[in-house]
Amino acid sequence: MDDIRLDAQWIDYLLIAIYFVFVLGIGWFAKRGISSSIEFLLSGRSLPAWVTALAFVSANLGAVEIMGMSATGAQYGMPTMHYFWIGAVPAMLFLGVVMMPFYYGSKVRSVPEFMRRRFGTGAHLVNALSFAIAQILIAGVNLFLLGTIVNRLLGWPLWLALVVAAAIVLSYITLGGLTAAIYNEVLQFFVIVAALLPLTIIGLNRVGGWDGLVERVSNDGMLGAEQLSSWPGEQLSGFSNPVLSVIGIVFGLGFVLSFGYWTTNFVEVQRAMASKSINAARLTPILGAFPKMLIPFIVVVPGMIAAVLVTQLTQFKQISMTVDEATAQAQTGVTYNDALLLLMREVLPNGLLGIAIAGLLAAFMAGMAANISAFNTVFSYDLWQQYVVKDREDDYYLKVGRYATVGACVVAIFTALIAGNFSNLMDYLQTLFGFFNAPLFATFILGMFWKRMTATAGWVGLVGGTLSAVAVFILSETGVFDLPGQGAAFLAASTAFVVDIVLSVIVTYQTTPKPAAELRGLVYSETPKADFADANEPTPPIWKRPVPVAGVALVLVIILNVTFG
Amino acid sequence: MSTPNELTKTAGAFDIRNVIGALLGIFGIILALVGIIGFTPDEAARTGGIDANLWTGIGLILTAAVFFIWARMRPIRIVDEDAGE
Repeated sequence: MDDIRLDAQWIDYLLIAIYFVFVLGIGWFAKRGISSSIEFLLSGRSLPAWVTALAFVSANLGAVEIMGMSATGAQYGMPTMHYFWIGAVPAMLFLGVVMMPFYYGSKVRSVPEFMRRRFGTGAHLVNALSFAIAQILIAGVNLFLLGTIVNRLLGWPLWLALVVAAAIVLSYITLGGLTAAIYNEVLQFFVIVAALLPLTIIGLNRVGGWDGLVERVSNDGMLGAEQLSSWPGEQLSGFSNPVLSVIGIVFGLGFVLSFGYWTTNFVEVQRAMASKSINAARLTPILGAFPKMLIPFIVVVPGMIAAVLVTQLTQFKQISMTVDEATAQAQTGVTYNDALLLLMREVLPNGLLGIAIAGLLAAFMAGMAANISAFNTVFSYDLWQQYVVKDREDDYYLKVGRYATVGACVVAIFTALIAGNFSNLMDYLQTLFGFFNAPLFATFILGMFWKRMTATAGWVGLVGGTLSAVAVFILSETGVFDLPGQGAAFLAASTAFVVDIVLSVIVTYQTTPKPAAELRGLVYSETPKADFADANEPTPPIWKRPVPVAGVALVLVIILNVTFG
Repeated sequence: MSTPNELTKTAGAFDIRNVIGALLGIFGIILALVGIIGFTPDEAARTGGIDANLWTGIGLILTAAVFFIWARMRPIRIVDEDAGE
């Protein structure tokens, strides 16, 4: 790939340096509050809802999200909004309204721990191991992307960028634990908005406002006006029939893929678990839904602007439409993934450029920090304490958590180096770990509402569901059947979901269920309503209650879908 | 801001709202200065005539002010367990 060297001046470096002083300072300050493992790994369950809500959004607003979504925006336009409005918001609301009471109310310390309490060690080991391995791997991928960006923007050698970035993440997490990770995620959120909002406004100004953008995109001579409405999104889903496309997006992306990701991924759920009450925990993803539905306007829209404003990218798009992407990249030296960087170079003056670079670096590091902080919790509590060294004093597990963080960062550096050499391998592995999500959601939701479901059904359903997803994926990769675009991923996830449910039901009727007394807090019908409310706290006013707030969010997201449909 | 007979203390400087306010405030002041001193024709061409640094700087300073005021109006009270023993 070519350099996209941004013309950074001393003023930009100054702003970036100030930001990193804050990042490290937060780690150092957060250290004062840490004297036990629960404070290190779960922030002592003390944070207010707005903090955990922004961290919830930021933990997912990493490298892949910002660069990837602006790239998809440059390529397809408004249909990219589905990844936010269909593929995230409904699942986040569902997590807050339906599932969070079980996670928080049962006082488990991680998602795999809920699995263990509900289904025993079989399902737990599958879940904890696959999660821990996936997190290290994804941390490595995030680190690699960060290193590449620093390399391309500032000209540092890749290895140096990797080591410096890992060292920064390592120092603030080992010092300040989850609190430092979460506080930095909140800070990162504002820096990203401070960078991307001006970028979008200036970009719009250059193309002649919103009307100018609409006019230029409709007359781009390629996909044209199709890029201006989010539905039916045939280009995105890969289905040429509009009805099938809508069904594919709603069920494939909106239901199976996104519910699996948002409701069972401990990276996300951990942020809510760090909050101070069950009400705050439920509000975490629900309040997070509001920024989540607005973020695409400063991520997807800049991508669309870049595609019509930056000549290089317009040429790339034209050649890739008429010939193919590889030829286009060879001739222009850019790809869709460069959309945001190209727009930054085109329109941002020095000063703002520094903030934008700081925001991007922040996003990449936060992605990795989120993976590492979720990893060390699962490693300490679910693997080490459960299977290796039991029944030690808490100080011991605090130490394990710190060592796990150091180990994870070192492994992530090596994963990043491997990712650099075998990028396809990494893509496949990431896809593979994605397959764990759909069956996880099936097992969780069945286990939470069906008290008869047995421990054996728990792990059999998980393993069977995951394997069936892998099978579908292999069949489509080897060309046994051919589904374009996201079709294969949607089908794999849906198959996994159905297979998991069917297997769980069959196995449940062949095995003995757990006694009802052990299911309190874990299964809906066995849990008294009072367990799902905060003891000793007055009923909150209506604007702080999860269900009404979620209702408002739902109405807003429907309005957005209609307005930009 | 807590009175001595309450078993609470405020988070003070480490209230995350003050940290956000401080960072955005510093960013805002620097950008506004750059915007006032160094607005060149080249930049005007990039942005389509807006002094982007100045306006972003002003926006950041105002946002920072909101966070400081919020933290001042509603300080976090932490129950101090040591004081109760």
